[in-house]
Parts: sequence; C-alpha cells; structure tokens
Amino acid sequence: MLDLKGYGPALMEGAVVTIELAFLSLALAVALGLIGASAKLSNSRAAKGAATTYTTLIRGVPDLVMMLLFYYGGQVVVNMLSDYLWDAYEIDFFFQFDPFISGVITIGLIFGAYMTETFRGAFLAVESGQIEAARAYGFTRWHTFRRIMIPQMLRHALPGIGNNWQVLLKTTALVSIIGLTDMVRVAEEAAKAERMPFHFFIPVAFVYLTLTAGSELFIKWLNKRANVGVVQES
Amino acid sequence: MAEQAPLICRDIHKTFDQLEVLKGISLETRKGDVVSLIGSSGSGKSTFLRCINMLETPTSGDIIVHGDPIRFTKNRKGERIPADNKQVELIRAKLSMVFQSFNLWSHMTVLENIIEAPINVLKVPKKEAIERAEAYLNKVGIYERKDYYPAQMSGGQQQRAAIARALAMEPEVMLFDEPTSALDPELVGEVLKVMQSLAEEGRTMIVVTHEMAFARDVSTQVLFLHQGVIEEQGTPDKVFDNPDSERMKQFLAPNF
Repeated sequence: MLDLKGYGPALMEGAVVTIELAFLSLALAVALGLIGASAKLSNSRAAKGAATTYTTLIRGVPDLVMMLLFYYGGQVVVNMLSDYLWDAYEIDFFFQFDPFISGVITIGLIFGAYMTETFRGAFLAVESGQIEAARAYGFTRWHTFRRIMIPQMLRHALPGIGNNWQVLLKTTALVSIIGLTDMVRVAEEAAKAERMPFHFFIPVAFVYLTLTAGSELFIKWLNKRANVGVVQES
Repeated sequence: MAEQAPLICRDIHKTFDQLEVLKGISLETRKGDVVSLIGSSGSGKSTFLRCINMLETPTSGDIIVHGDPIRFTKNRKGERIPADNKQVELIRAKLSMVFQSFNLWSHMTVLENIIEAPINVLKVPKKEAIERAEAYLNKVGIYERKDYYPAQMSGGQQQRAAIARALAMEPEVMLFDEPTSALDPELVGEVLKVMQSLAEEGRTMIVVTHEMAFARDVSTQVLFLHQGVIEEQGTPDKVFDNPDSERMKQFLAPNF
C-alpha cells in the first residue's frame, strides 16, 4: 500500500477542494458563456462590442497573469470600495478575497470566454427552419429558446464543452500558486519536506487522470443522449 | 351578420433592402376556401405566404385574421414592426404553417412535435393534447410512427406528421409553403391525398404550390403571381382554361 507519510488526509481534502473549485468554475463559465454567446448573436451593437472585448481580452492574457491580477488586484479594489463606502455613507462593507474565490472567478472568467465561442458556434449550427417553425406556431421567444434552441444547440456544443472542461480541470492546479491548499499545494509541501517528489506528485497526477478519464466517459454518455433522434452518418 | 372571413389581406407590399418583392397583393377568403398561389420562382408567392403569419413583416398593407387586424408600429429606424408581439403569437397560433422542408423539431418524437404547441401555446391539457394528436396521426395515416424521431421517417411521412402538427392547432387557416417540393416524386402523392381530404372537409387552406393538377382540381381560388403582382385571379376553370393574361398562358404552356 502506498505510504503517504501522514499526508493522506490532507491530500484527500486537497482533492475535494480541487473538485469543488472545478465545478464552481464550470458553473460560472457556462453561465458567462451563455450570456456571452447571446450577446454576440444579438442585434445590439453595445452587447456585441462588450462580448467581443471580453473574449479578446481573456484569450490574449496568460491564465497565471490573470489569476495574480484578480487575487492581488481584486483585494485592492475591494479595500478601496470599502474605504469609500465607510467614508461616504458609513456603510460597513468588507470582503476578503481568498484564494478559492479568486480561483473560481478567474477560471470562470477565462473559460467563460471559451464557452462563449463554443455556444456561439453551436447556436449558429441550429437550423433556421427549427426556429422558424417555433415562431410560426406562436411560441414566445423564451419558449423557443428553452424548448428548441437549447436542446438543439447542446448537440453541437457538447464536444466543445467537454474539451473546455478537461482543460479547466487541469487549470485548477494553477490556483495553488496563490496559496489555495488544493491537492497540488499539499503534494508540493509534502514533496519538499520529505524530499520525495515522485512519491507525492505521481498520485496527484493519477487523481487528475482519473477525473479526466471519468469525465470523458460521462461526456460520451451525455453526447449519446443529446443526439437522440439524429441519424449518425458513418 | 355574414360569417367572419377567416383571413383578409389588403394591399400587401414587401421590400427587401431596395428590392420590391410584393407590389400590392390582396386576398379575401371565405371559410372553406382553398386558395392556390402559383407562379414561377421569385414571383413572390412564398414571401406573401410568409407575410400572412408575420414570418416576414409586410412593409405596408393590412392583415386581418378572423376580424382581428394585426397592429403595427415603427421602430427607431422607421421600419415597420408589429406593435404587440403577444397579438402576433396569438394570430400565428390560428394560422398553422406547413413548410417545404417539414421543419419538424428533430429532438422530439412525432407525438412530442404535435403536442408541443397545443400544450404550451393553446394551454390544452396534456391528456387531451395527446388524444387530439393521436386522432390526427390516424387521419394522416402514420399513427404507428408516433414514437419515431423525424430523421427515422421518409420525407412523405415527415410531411404528413407536419400536417398533423398543423391540424392539432385546430387553426382558422392552414398555410402550406410548397409542401411537396422537397419530396421524392413517388412520395408526393401521399401528401397531396391528405391535403385533398382536408380540402374536402371544408378547411380553409392557402397553398403555395407547383402542383398544377392540385391547384386545378382542389382549389376554389387560384392566384397567379408574377414579379410581385397578381397577374391572374379567379376560379381554377377561369385561370387555367380561359386566362386573360399572356404570362399565365406562357406559364401554363409547358404544363399541359
């Protein structure tokens, strides 16, 4: 049996933090992606411009730089806001930017930009006749979106969502740099203290591998469900 | 009082950018009318049909569905837009459309396709919607396919399912946009047969078609459109056997 020199429980806790971080970031990324894609496809020039600025900015800046910016910069902004609110209105507002929240916001924002592109392409891939039929039968916009656009768009979006998710999961390791005690951070500490890098990093790598492999199976299953009613061309 | 006309269109114009596609089309229907819109491609017949249920907004002209005129307003750019989207949705629910490429929702089974709008738009209880759907599926002869997905059926079956979907709305008027043009020749007959039986039941239908035999034998009114105007209009006997318009004669020449 693998001897983790007493770091086992800490590593387990770290793995849970990693998974929580990944799922919360995914939720934020999907929400931002749907909003971003809707904005890019809307008729409003302001919305289009805002969404394009967002995706261009995010895609052009390294993940690590963005994370450092949000973690250190975010606190400065909150402090300034806090001082201002107290001075001006005597409102006591404070908010501690911890590494976990910074991580969720940063990863969510980064992958929100990628999801925006994924969803945009997927919405465009929905046949116009499908939407036209919904309009012709008196559906409201919301009903058309919910019952026709979303299920049909998902068929096209799932492969892209799957790819983004795999990369997102691995990106969570970066958050250890700003001090989050995820499993990477625990492993790093243990490896340094015990001078046994292989002993601690290989199990961590294995956990990531298990998570990504499991996700792949799940996405395959989702894909199959979403494509019900589609004749697969071989 | 005389019975309310199911649909009246008055002086419909439609311009796309600079191109005037419809130059004043009027149409008045009585209950049970079967109106065939014929003409070569680009004559504006499909555009006219799409203006009736507001898939295209007419640049000018009135559309009155069962006494209820569609209200318009102008947007900031001065383009004409419907004043009340809710009204348009209600009117569309009374004018169900059958498309050239069927446009059945591909992620739903045939039955789900048919009950979707009655349940969500007309607020029919689910149980009743299913009973209604099954009755209409029987009528178009594909009851046994009710749990199939559209992609698992032939074009003719898909179009019959689309007709059942239109019937399930129990509409004032059924709009058919070249319902047989996307079908293989051997499948055209089964769809035309269903449409003929609907006409015989006294349903009000407006049909854009290239099937001259259908227009001649089934319609009560024929409109021949050419470059956005009505060139010839009247009963099938009049339009087909004794047309005034030179263009109508030319149009018919290769057909008969």
